[in-house]
Amino acid sequence: MTSTVRLQRESFDAAAEAARLTRGRNDIGALVTFTGICRGTEDGEPIASLTLEHYPGMAESEIERHVAEARERWPLLGVTVLHRYGRILPGEDIVLVVTASSHREAAFAAAEFLMDYLKTRAPFWKQVEKSGGQTWVDAKAADDAAAGRWIAPRHERETAE
Amino acid sequence: MSLKLRYFAWVRERIGKPEETIEIPPGIATVADLMTWLASRGEEYAHAFKNANVIRAAVDQKHVRPNAAIKNAHEIAFFPPMTGG
Repeated sequence: MTSTVRLQRESFDAAAEAARLTRGRNDIGALVTFTGICRGTEDGEPIASLTLEHYPGMAESEIERHVAEARERWPLLGVTVLHRYGRILPGEDIVLVVTASSHREAAFAAAEFLMDYLKTRAPFWKQVEKSGGQTWVDAKAADDAAAGRWIAPRHERETAE
Repeated sequence: MSLKLRYFAWVRERIGKPEETIEIPPGIATVADLMTWLASRGEEYAHAFKNANVIRAAVDQKHVRPNAAIKNAHEIAFFPPMTGG
């Protein structure tokens, strides 16, 4: 299985990354591509930019750990996770998750699982720049709830084993 | 015990530095103990650790709970809840 985790300052080409997973093979029946994009407003106010700080080393290992967990949970044939850091302008891409599998259920579920974990467990922090200055983005309870829904099945599975 | 401490986001801003290596006095056994001791090191630390319950920690780049032991740790990081993705 091909799996790629990359953190970078530069933007990325989502279509090229997706094509890289399927090139030269015919066992993949489903490819899910999720791109997170920087919105131009927050709470109705225009923003100038988003700056992402990360914990080098830990960010890569946390994402790799979750990619490994996704591979254990679903029959994946390929995974790519790219996450940008530094200053990002409205309309620019922030994060990319691509999952490939024989069937769509696994590809959709693994992509959602990875995104939910990136939001709550990967050591990245967003700072938003508005006309009034820079402020740190608060963690959202909804993101914690979204990540939490993956815990129950795993627990049940562990208990069953 | 000498430890490398790293701070991120507003914890870093309040303390005023991204990292430091400090000598930890004996008797500091857990991450929570370490936060309490750090908070006593000055105004900037007190400000950073004022709401210690919202601050997350990692020992040697792995997420831990406040009751985690710091024995044998090389690097401990403190940061706000994460907002990636």
